Amino acid sequence: MASEPTYSEAYQSGIREEMNNNPKIFIMGTDLQERGGHFAQVKGIAQEFGGERVRDTPISEAAMIAAGVGAAMYGMRPVVDLNFMDFALGAMDEIINQAAHIRYMFNGSVPLIIRATSGIAQAGAHHNNSFESFFAHTPGLSVAVPGTPWDVKGLLKTALRADDPVIFMMHKKLTGMRGPIGGPEDLVPFGKARIAREGADATLVTYGYTLIPAMKAAETLAAEGKQVEILDLRTLFPMDMDAVIEAVKRTGRMVVVDEAPLFASITAEIAATASEAAFDSLKGPIVRVGAQRAPLSADPGMVEATIPSISDIEAALRKVLSY
Amino acid sequence: MVGEVMGTREEMLAMLRMMMMIRNFEETADKLTLRGKVSGGMHNSSGQEAVAVGVMSALAPDDVIATTHRSHHHTLAKGFSAREVMAELMTKATGVSKGRGASMHLGDVARGHFGGNGIVGAGMGIGMGAALGIKLAGDKKVAVGFVGDGGMNTGRTWEAVNMAAIWKLPLIVVVDNNQYAVETFIERVTAGGDLPKRASGFGLPASTIDGQNVLEVKDAVAKARDFALAGNGPTFLNAVTYRYYGHNVGEKGQYRTLEEIEDWRTNRDPIDQLAARLFADGLLDQATFDEMTASVEAEIKDAVEFAENSPNPDPADVMLNVDSGKLRG
Repeated sequence: MASEPTYSEAYQSGIREEMNNNPKIFIMGTDLQERGGHFAQVKGIAQEFGGERVRDTPISEAAMIAAGVGAAMYGMRPVVDLNFMDFALGAMDEIINQAAHIRYMFNGSVPLIIRATSGIAQAGAHHNNSFESFFAHTPGLSVAVPGTPWDVKGLLKTALRADDPVIFMMHKKLTGMRGPIGGPEDLVPFGKARIAREGADATLVTYGYTLIPAMKAAETLAAEGKQVEILDLRTLFPMDMDAVIEAVKRTGRMVVVDEAPLFASITAEIAATASEAAFDSLKGPIVRVGAQRAPLSADPGMVEATIPSISDIEAALRKVLSY
Repeated sequence: MVGEVMGTREEMLAMLRMMMMIRNFEETADKLTLRGKVSGGMHNSSGQEAVAVGVMSALAPDDVIATTHRSHHHTLAKGFSAREVMAELMTKATGVSKGRGASMHLGDVARGHFGGNGIVGAGMGIGMGAALGIKLAGDKKVAVGFVGDGGMNTGRTWEAVNMAAIWKLPLIVVVDNNQYAVETFIERVTAGGDLPKRASGFGLPASTIDGQNVLEVKDAVAKARDFALAGNGPTFLNAVTYRYYGHNVGEKGQYRTLEEIEDWRTNRDPIDQLAARLFADGLLDQATFDEMTASVEAEIKDAVEFAENSPNPDPADVMLNVDSGKLRG
């Protein structure tokens, strides 16, 4: 039996099917044609669709995004692949001031996907930033953070059939993760969280790679007799706050975890909004777990000390379970 | 030259009238701004009319433009009415951008105007992207990316020029070069001095043209357009021009001499130059000129009345069109 596809192969599958369906979709970025992208995310796609639709670009992030914005306004459906999310900083004006704000002023759509691999792994401060909160903060942008191969493919398809600029963040450490993927019409909607683990005693809200340590922490707690529900957000904007609030009402105890610096993070948004909406259902304060507000070191021990560990997550769960 | 390159008498009178209309529009809007009628102020393009009118006269109606913070002249010359541009300056719902953009953010994608821009150099990049869209769609059109002299020193400009050149995109880069980046004279901040020389390093045709001569601008753009439609790629045109007013309305600039401004106004004015030529060639008489002057005045007066009598956008619509809603279920 063939093994299940990887997270990167799920992306290939989604982009291939949608490119076959819609001749307006094209991809541009660095090192896509031969290398297939730095994470094999488009391996083989150029060989299948040719160099006009899988375009190798110079290392010119501003021009890459500007090309995507203008082509999208013209009616095409560009996917700009930045390889690493950190490289978006060379094109922040094009993303924030241009892509995100054009529809509001100029009577047109910008169906542009900006795909990049994100999250914390190795290689230091310039390849490990967590930009989720400031993209989600920007009016006009949507942000996808798939945590499984199924969601990579399904969310990508949804994005490619919508009309908005989407930041599509795939986590480095999930690149080789295997799992089932859907068929051509198995779309995953934006703004609908998924219950990744059921449990009645507390709810843990997270997304992306952090689902893995969260699951391990939940197993440890299960061995101690406590069942933790895990909610996978799947997209950060739109965010399924209804699911979060329902979970608060259901379990009364909540931990929110990601690996971004804790200050002014997505976890703050969730904790604040859920507290305001369902304060009376909470048995105690929502606890947030995140990274220290330090640039990422290249040293593995330093990285571990910066970002949340499984035991940090367990400690947070024990705290809310003590209420 | 007139007959073979520049088209009919009617076309030339239309160019003259458009430049006169833009001038009257700008001087009227300037006064309205000083009276507090224009939200967020404005950037007056008086003196630069020939660049806008020359470019648009060489384009087809469905060619695409993307432009800068100083774009009233481009927008009017593209065919947007004085009414809807004036209304936009006053952030009225009847404006080009439905009152959401004002002076710096005039645009309507459906009509091939991909926007003015508050960020220097950004519009030209979007024009480059539009040219990529045109090429991939297989359409016979071009995109014009306007950029100012200030935009000659932002890195993204050259990223976009390089990309247009390697992909042979149907892009015409037009430097609406009024020589001052706010208060900074271009020569003080531009190494190498010669902009076309800089651009030609990317392997595309690049030249300086007289931005006060509408016929020369039109001719250069027409050639660039043919070049692009033949699949040869982008052209870079440095149109040297001059703005008669400050960077923004109300500016009290000390960075230019009154003599310099007066010299451009008196000796190189684009409207005077075209009118003199048409008079000399017997294509324009005083009665026709007076009639045009009166009709322009009436048009702008009507535009102001229209704008003042138009409603502002409905505050209940703040969340309308932030996104398409398709991803929010």
